[in-house]
Amino acid sequence: MEPAIRAHGLAKRYRLGGQRERYRSLRESLMAVPKTLLRRRAGPPIHWALRDVNFEVQPGEVVGIIGRNGAGKSTLLKILSRITEPTLGRAEIRGRAGSLLEVGTGFHPELTGRENIYLNGAILGMKKAEIQRQFDAIVSFAEVEPFLDTPVKRYSSGMSVRLAFAVAAHLDTEILVVDEVLAVGDTAFQKKCMGRMREVGRAGRTVLFVSHNMGAVAELCQRGIVLEKGRVVSDCGVGEALETYAQLIQGAGEGATAAFPDNPDLPCAILEVTVGNARGEKMTTFDLADEIVVSMKYVIRQKMHDLSFDVQLSRNMTDLFHSYDTDAEEDIAPKEPGVYVARHRLPSRFLKAGSYTVTVGSGTPHVCYQVFSDLLPFEILELSEATQLRGYRRDRAGHIISPGVWETERLSDVLEEVQVGV
Amino acid sequence: MPRAPRRFELAGRYRRQPRLLIPGRPKNPIASVRPYEHITVIQASRGWRALDLRELWRFRELTYFLAWRDVKVRYKQTALGAAWAVLQPLLAMLIFSIFFGRLAKLPSDGIPYPLFAFVGVLPWTFFANAATTSGQSLVSNTNLVSKVYFPRLVVPMAAVFAALVDLAIGFVLLLGLLMFFRAPAGPQLGMLPLFVVLAVATALGVGIWLSALDVQYRDVRYAIPFLIQIWLFATPVVYPSSLVPEPYRAILGLNPMAGVVEGFRWALLGNPHPPFGLLLVSALVVLLLLSSGILYFRRMERIFADVI
Repeated sequence: MEPAIRAHGLAKRYRLGGQRERYRSLRESLMAVPKTLLRRRAGPPIHWALRDVNFEVQPGEVVGIIGRNGAGKSTLLKILSRITEPTLGRAEIRGRAGSLLEVGTGFHPELTGRENIYLNGAILGMKKAEIQRQFDAIVSFAEVEPFLDTPVKRYSSGMSVRLAFAVAAHLDTEILVVDEVLAVGDTAFQKKCMGRMREVGRAGRTVLFVSHNMGAVAELCQRGIVLEKGRVVSDCGVGEALETYAQLIQGAGEGATAAFPDNPDLPCAILEVTVGNARGEKMTTFDLADEIVVSMKYVIRQKMHDLSFDVQLSRNMTDLFHSYDTDAEEDIAPKEPGVYVARHRLPSRFLKAGSYTVTVGSGTPHVCYQVFSDLLPFEILELSEATQLRGYRRDRAGHIISPGVWETERLSDVLEEVQVGV
Repeated sequence: MPRAPRRFELAGRYRRQPRLLIPGRPKNPIASVRPYEHITVIQASRGWRALDLRELWRFRELTYFLAWRDVKVRYKQTALGAAWAVLQPLLAMLIFSIFFGRLAKLPSDGIPYPLFAFVGVLPWTFFANAATTSGQSLVSNTNLVSKVYFPRLVVPMAAVFAALVDLAIGFVLLLGLLMFFRAPAGPQLGMLPLFVVLAVATALGVGIWLSALDVQYRDVRYAIPFLIQIWLFATPVVYPSSLVPEPYRAILGLNPMAGVVEGFRWALLGNPHPPFGLLLVSALVVLLLLSSGILYFRRMERIFADVI
């Protein structure tokens, strides 16, 4: 069986900030000619977005491509979609391939929903007859039937994105190359989108899928290719691939410690602040399910009364909480001189995915001794859990995952005269 | 093993291969139905690339949709709608008639000046609009170029075809004017489509060159209106080509739009001497312009998505 997609030695090089890969004015081009004649120029810095990428995808496989930011995933998809050319190497695609690198490409706000369906479909590569055939299915998938003849600029953002996805979802090619274009819209629609992606995979189409949402990758793909700095690091089953990816991002332990010089003038001084997991390992990337421990090492030179140390956490410039180590005490006990380590442990599944920073301080109710702001930036990622359909998805409002519990009780079959105060 | 590419290698070929049906071999449920497979080869291309007409034909529907989109969007939410296609040449004709016809008293080969001017203004307006929009077309469609695959020539072509719609609407007014001035209709009228083709070819040649340059050098789009203005004076729209003394008239033909305008005048108004010399030169120039434009465009096409 011939592979549906075969990549052999693919490489892509970009020249940074100079020569051909940046537009420049005619004047600069003309001036460059005498300059090159007068002296030899060192070449501009080079960046290899992809290096020696080899893999084969058999017909009917659903493969996820994962990697950190800048690993080359989008570049690989662009090459396979023929939008940009590889610098070296060769790829072969057997069958009709459709690319979804963006949802709603070519949508024009002045045109109506109906007109945009045709336009977008044509841009994606569907023939007019094909679009006509699928028209009703697209409209019912997007649930925009009453608004078909109003210009898209009047649509709510949810509606236009649903319409865009609906057209993309009906692209009927044997091979699909998809870049992060996943569940959009509200929860109900997202379920539809995930369901549709699952159907596509099960129908025997070949899918190459790039996403940052590990949960979605785990659910839809059987095989995973991990890219790091432009090279294929792992090409195996999806579970293994996710583990390799998790190791890659947790590998960076630097940045998990902040040390400060001692200040002998102060009666107490914070020496070191670190962030890590429950086992004491210092990390800067965590999973939703990890317990996060912020620990502070400090020295107290004389007996202090009413002294407390605090930890603040912020996300996107918003303070989430200030927590004082004396919060649990009724009366603040005096602290004896010595070197201490204080740890503040956060429960798992408490903070949402995102970027956080830590601020620490020391002081009494009357005077503030030290404050160190915005230390130790760390990230929480959605590795172990697919938050596609969850209310605490990263891009939703809110900063924490509610520790509360839901209970639903059915009161009656039918709404009758319900007494007030039930 | 990838072999060394030929000089005119097409990157992304559409190759057909007959599929061997070996009895006993299990058939893949998805791929078995087709008698031949599409195989697309993606690799770095070098040097000059030939024009792939087959691929352009495959994407003809996209060309149509892009042109249709441009036309629709232009007239949506406008008070006058398609009347703009008529107003532009009409107003130009009126202004030219007043300033060049009446006040400057430019000759017009014995034809009433307004009619003379309009017959020149109509194809000129088409060329000016077509060249301007297609020159900027690639950059205006950045999102398409960077996210979707299609032969990039489709974009400037669609822009020129969109301008063709305006020309067609303008022809209605032309018909009215011809009847009003009781212009004689001769057998030369049959040659008119030829001149329309010449105009389209000129607009395409200029548009393809400019759009390929615009992607790489963004100041091109600011030069276009200036270029068009100068070009207007180099074209015998407001004056007849008979104004130019005999030996230099052939040089005027180096401007392909001169050939178009004089051709229009001859076909519609029956100028006494058909401008063959001029036309020949114009046709040759257009051929050169178009083919060089396509070659340059195809050579630069591979970096469009990286540079745009």
